[in-house]
Amino acid sequence: MSEHSTQHEGHGPGYGLFIAIWAALLVLTATTVWVAGINLGFLNVVAALAVATTKASLVIFFFMHLKYEELTLKLMVLTAFVILSIFIGMTFFDTAYR
Amino acid sequence: MTLPKDYLGAKMGMWLFLFTEILLFGGLFVLYSVTMQRYPVEFHTASQMLDVTMGTLNTVVLITSSLFAALAVIALQRGDIRRSKIFILLTILLAGVFLADKYMEWGAKIHHGIYPNSPHLTDWPEGQQAFFALYYTMTGLHGIHVVLGMGLLGWVYWLISKGKITPEQHVTLENAGLYWHLVDLIWIYLFPLFYLIT
Amino acid sequence: MTVAPADKGFFAPTGKGFLRSWLFTHDHKRIGMLYLWCILSFFGVGVVLGLLARLEMLTPGATIMGPQTYNAIFTLHGVTMVFLVVIPSIPAAFGNIFLPLQLGAEDVAFPRLNMFSWWLYIIGAAIALTSLFTGGGAPDTGWTFYVPFSAVTTTNVSVAVLGVFILGFSSILTGLNFIVTIHRLRAPGLTWTRLPLFAWGLYATAWIQVLATPILGITALLIVVERVMGMGIFDPAKGGDPILYQHLFWIYSHPAVYIMIVPAMGVISDIIPVFARKNIFGYKTIVGSSLAIAFAGSLVWAHHMFVSGMSDTAVMIFSFLTFVVAVPSAVKVFNWTSTLYKGAIRPEPPLIFALGFIFLFSMGGITGLVLGSAGTDMHVHDTYFVVGHFHYVIFGGTGFGMFAAMHYWFPKITGRMYNKTIATTSAIILIIGMNGLYFPMYLLGLQGMPRRYYDYLPQFTNLQVASTVGSWVTLIGLVLMFSNLARGWKHGQKVGDNPWEAATLEWTLPSPPPTNNFDQEPVVTHGPYDFKHLSPGGTDQ
Repeated sequence: MSEHSTQHEGHGPGYGLFIAIWAALLVLTATTVWVAGINLGFLNVVAALAVATTKASLVIFFFMHLKYEELTLKLMVLTAFVILSIFIGMTFFDTAYR
Repeated sequence: MTLPKDYLGAKMGMWLFLFTEILLFGGLFVLYSVTMQRYPVEFHTASQMLDVTMGTLNTVVLITSSLFAALAVIALQRGDIRRSKIFILLTILLAGVFLADKYMEWGAKIHHGIYPNSPHLTDWPEGQQAFFALYYTMTGLHGIHVVLGMGLLGWVYWLISKGKITPEQHVTLENAGLYWHLVDLIWIYLFPLFYLIT
Repeated sequence: MTVAPADKGFFAPTGKGFLRSWLFTHDHKRIGMLYLWCILSFFGVGVVLGLLARLEMLTPGATIMGPQTYNAIFTLHGVTMVFLVVIPSIPAAFGNIFLPLQLGAEDVAFPRLNMFSWWLYIIGAAIALTSLFTGGGAPDTGWTFYVPFSAVTTTNVSVAVLGVFILGFSSILTGLNFIVTIHRLRAPGLTWTRLPLFAWGLYATAWIQVLATPILGITALLIVVERVMGMGIFDPAKGGDPILYQHLFWIYSHPAVYIMIVPAMGVISDIIPVFARKNIFGYKTIVGSSLAIAFAGSLVWAHHMFVSGMSDTAVMIFSFLTFVVAVPSAVKVFNWTSTLYKGAIRPEPPLIFALGFIFLFSMGGITGLVLGSAGTDMHVHDTYFVVGHFHYVIFGGTGFGMFAAMHYWFPKITGRMYNKTIATTSAIILIIGMNGLYFPMYLLGLQGMPRRYYDYLPQFTNLQVASTVGSWVTLIGLVLMFSNLARGWKHGQKVGDNPWEAATLEWTLPSPPPTNNFDQEPVVTHGPYDFKHLSPGGTDQ
């Protein structure tokens, strides 16, 4: 753990990268709206969630700086999402088999 | 929390707080997923009643506001306080646009008699009622978070004006930004789940 | 008292006025003391409510109250004990006081947030208490607030769950504070493997607090939404599903029992080596089991719902996983007993309480397996067996962990020593009383006595009487223990900084510790239970 990193290091991304991420997010939004118009049955939900997760990753890693944070913090974020997916997933053991 | 001595600690604290927000919505996502699995057809029908154009517009608005929040941090890190403040104001402005859009959407639905416990709604198939119950609960809670986020950003703007957040001590702005990105993040999931499963 | 201000440590007046210096303090030790006083006061309230409920069950039919009052009394007993006493108990009181001291830190990471968190606790408690006297009267749902009853009862459920929501927020902020404190504020040399096991217990607990409590928050909000707006999320007539309420409730409330017990396990892990004069057996397995309990605790919630009507698949999976979570708990018990093996045991009061913990917790833990196994659970579900199991684990476990902590750290907080003979006697009375109080409940449950019932068949009378008498013995033990501590605080013999000759950092400070904790940042050179480095006087060499 780097105990002494100060906050005035100019590390991290600049304006250009963020605007590029923003553009990518808009493209993905357009994609997901477009895909929703095609009838794929259940795959529509899968596609919508896949695109949403891609967008969420872009926000988390770039806008929220996680890419530039130390490993401890990354593992913490992973833990939170693992626990959330356990809560959602294991509820299906009940509802999916009723 | 205005003058944390420990930069990484302050950020870690904020992330932990965000986890609690994620899990708060997580409870609702649990409800959403199992209810959708139970009523796939009704969710499909009910979802078509929402206005995709309005929803898409709001998604673009929120993503753009998130960009401004991120740019505000960079500006401040680079010592450009004036530009940072403009970016914060733009973020708050777009948050207001989001709420106005939401207000119109909700207003139109309520005008048509679609609101919790309305006589009109209780005549519908159960699955569609469940869809709208979740719609109002989840977007409502999200809306509250948008309002809180606006307040938080306004407070940060004031702190910058007072010189209490500076290019050297900018973690409070970063943390407010993190909160705002979380609001965006939740919407990124709410949008397809309610508007696009048609 | 004729103590010089210097000897009063953090109790010394700060010159800001008494009330202000306490109610708005940022000092983690004072905040911890505030929690301790509040928790003990609410514990007194909860004990009285529990005694009244027990007294009512002395005879079949009405003994001292009507059925609606009885419903309100056991609901209040549950809500007070769970949300106001047990969940905050060890982390908020002793965690606040001793975590920064054990880490060699000045304070927690966010002192102001810590104060805010205490205020939320007070506000939440006040709102929960308001629910008793306003609206439709005291809630009568039981502490679990199950729908559909909680959504339709005319009693004041909305206000009560709002109080629970705020209390949950307080718990979250304490957990958040502790995680950051442990990550960021450890003294030089205090590596993760030199961390006292109490701190590790708090760390594992804090993660459960942060990740599970929000689910309680949303569940509480949904009840309010359901009652106020008729949203219908849990209403089958509107496409909702009441079983989903139980899922959400137990997604929090099962991990919550680990919020209650893991810090107590940490206390016991700190106490046993000190009084066995031996390094703890299997430090890393205890750490691992704390983390494993925290994680596995999130996998087993639906074992509370075997008879709810959920799918058989879920019953089997959750039943199996419940057995998995028993493993790390058992690992700890083996480690504690192995630590005692061939130790130079000093039977001081904290150790007696710790041994009481191991015994009572094992009684509760083993009967937990009966409940976790779906087949036997069908028979004893919602009977007194569950009540007995829960109280053995929580009163015998967390309660005794709390009492052990009080007796262990008492000389550090006050600089004085209580009467050890009386303390040991009270511990033994409590162990006897608790078995008298709760063991008959196992038998009642096996014979089919349902929980929460106001009335019962005459055949249950003997065991009900035995249990009520046990509650009186327990009361005697509690009165004896607390009066002994109170007397010790005023008149106890003064003891040095390290009367137990313990090796963790809090014992290097004067008793009571000064406001600023450490004059110089300490450097840690050995493990928390490495007694070889101590000179006979208890000071670090």
